[in-house]
Amino acid sequence: MDDRISQDQRTPYRASSPNFSAAPGAHPSAIHVSALCKTYGTDDTGVMALDDINLDIRAGEFVTVVGPSGCGKSTLMRMIAGLIAPSRGEIRLGGDIVRGTRRDIGIVFQSPVLFPWRTVLENVLIPIDVQRRGRQQNLPKARDLLAMVGLADFAHRYPAELSGGMQQRVGIARALVNDPAILLMDEPFGALDAMTRENLNVELQRLWQSNGNTVLLITHSISEAVFLADRVVVMTARPGRIAEVLEIDLPRPRTLEMMGSTAFGHYVNRIRTHFGAKGAD
Amino acid sequence: MLDLASVDTPRNRLLSVLLLAGLLVSWEVVIRVFGIAPFILPAPSAVAQALWRGFANGPFLQHTLTTVAEVLLGFIFGSAVGLVLGVGIALNRHIAYFVYPYIVMFLSMPKVALAPLIVLWFGLGITSKIVTAALVTFFPVMVNTIAGLNAADRDGIDLIRSLGGTERQIFTMLRLPAALPMIVAGLEIAMTLSLIGTVVAELIGAEQGLGMLMQSMNFSMDTAGVFSILIVLAIVGLVLNQALKSARRRMIFWENAGRASSTPSRRASPATEVENTLAVSR
Repeated sequence: MDDRISQDQRTPYRASSPNFSAAPGAHPSAIHVSALCKTYGTDDTGVMALDDINLDIRAGEFVTVVGPSGCGKSTLMRMIAGLIAPSRGEIRLGGDIVRGTRRDIGIVFQSPVLFPWRTVLENVLIPIDVQRRGRQQNLPKARDLLAMVGLADFAHRYPAELSGGMQQRVGIARALVNDPAILLMDEPFGALDAMTRENLNVELQRLWQSNGNTVLLITHSISEAVFLADRVVVMTARPGRIAEVLEIDLPRPRTLEMMGSTAFGHYVNRIRTHFGAKGAD
Repeated sequence: MLDLASVDTPRNRLLSVLLLAGLLVSWEVVIRVFGIAPFILPAPSAVAQALWRGFANGPFLQHTLTTVAEVLLGFIFGSAVGLVLGVGIALNRHIAYFVYPYIVMFLSMPKVALAPLIVLWFGLGITSKIVTAALVTFFPVMVNTIAGLNAADRDGIDLIRSLGGTERQIFTMLRLPAALPMIVAGLEIAMTLSLIGTVVAELIGAEQGLGMLMQSMNFSMDTAGVFSILIVLAIVGLVLNQALKSARRRMIFWENAGRASSTPSRRASPATEVENTLAVSR
């Protein structure tokens, strides 16, 4: 817990590393990660979760991170969100160094994280309430998003009345309600059955194409990573390192049928070589 | 709780009433046949008579009201203290550090054993009963408040934090409502204990109340009267608990929503029906 950034005690970051390349000026990337390391515990005896991560994500780009358990992909996401501080290196969002949590990030977790005492609509409005943006002005936006994820008729239901897939859709609508520049998704469909998962992949692509957010999605599933991404970041474990960044050159919008194509299979196999015979798990 | 709804048929209800009648009749018969002295074990008819006389032209109502007032006041004060201490301990490590040793010590001690001291300190009036009831009440409320406030989902905390939310917002928007089911469960235990604490204090020494009445009947060997008071106490406990249960259903309304859709025996919930139509239309 000590590595969390709290309101009153923000960990000062070490000086930015010398091999920092892109000048954060003219065209700042949406997410710029340079020489990022994260060690849990003390430097000598600690476990290195991430080692020298460098990543540059353009505004509006859809990037997926795929890797085995323990490759530090969730740690990477939490650092980008400003929830935990890096041990070394720096993260810039739109040119600004991340020094704590921000107001322009949407997060979707693996579990839907809905508050059971709030209706579906009220759950979507949580970011509005936290940031005191005013429910009235944002009600139309919240309803639009619910309609976009196919839950317009469920606005006044409670989460317990919804299926797992529907709950996760509420989570996605909520992450988008304050118009975040960046959408971070930590294995958002990991707990869902395969068919629901594929349908939600298609829906997410549609949402992203109409909204134009920058999306960083973390996943265990190689085919999900390829299906959604402009670029796939392949990570290996212990310590977490980037093994390869793969450009996915498939036309949009992608369809589920495309997953049977030769090109798709080629990408999947290419990524799989990094994990031996085991797959990403 | 056991799920008894499936066996709650008209036939079983009738059998249940017959069972009760059978028990009472055989009790009555045993008393008469073996000639058991009424001060050892009174017949149910004698208990019913004592109950009737006590309320119709006796002092039962007045003493019942006294006891109920003591139970409720003790419950309110004890729960309030338990709630405040629980919140303090859950939110502040310093408070937790200094208070915890006493809690651990207090945990294993039967709190009603303090009742004689409290009657000594606060006298025979209503105060000593309220203090005793509050003392046994605050503990489960405090423990459940601490546990409930620490039960909030870590991702939920991260969600509010990632949006720039403050610790206060995390508390009011997430931790407190998430703790409510456990807090109310603590209140339910507390209500039962409050009645126990009150009656024990009344037995030790009081000017009014059902415990005091029962004690004086016991001394005068009015065993039927003692039984009738026991019945009144049972009914008081039942009513207080039911009141709290219905308060729970209203406070933690979302639990009912969850049960409605997660009970497999019920027909498909509206949610799953629409989920199915969504799947078809796709």
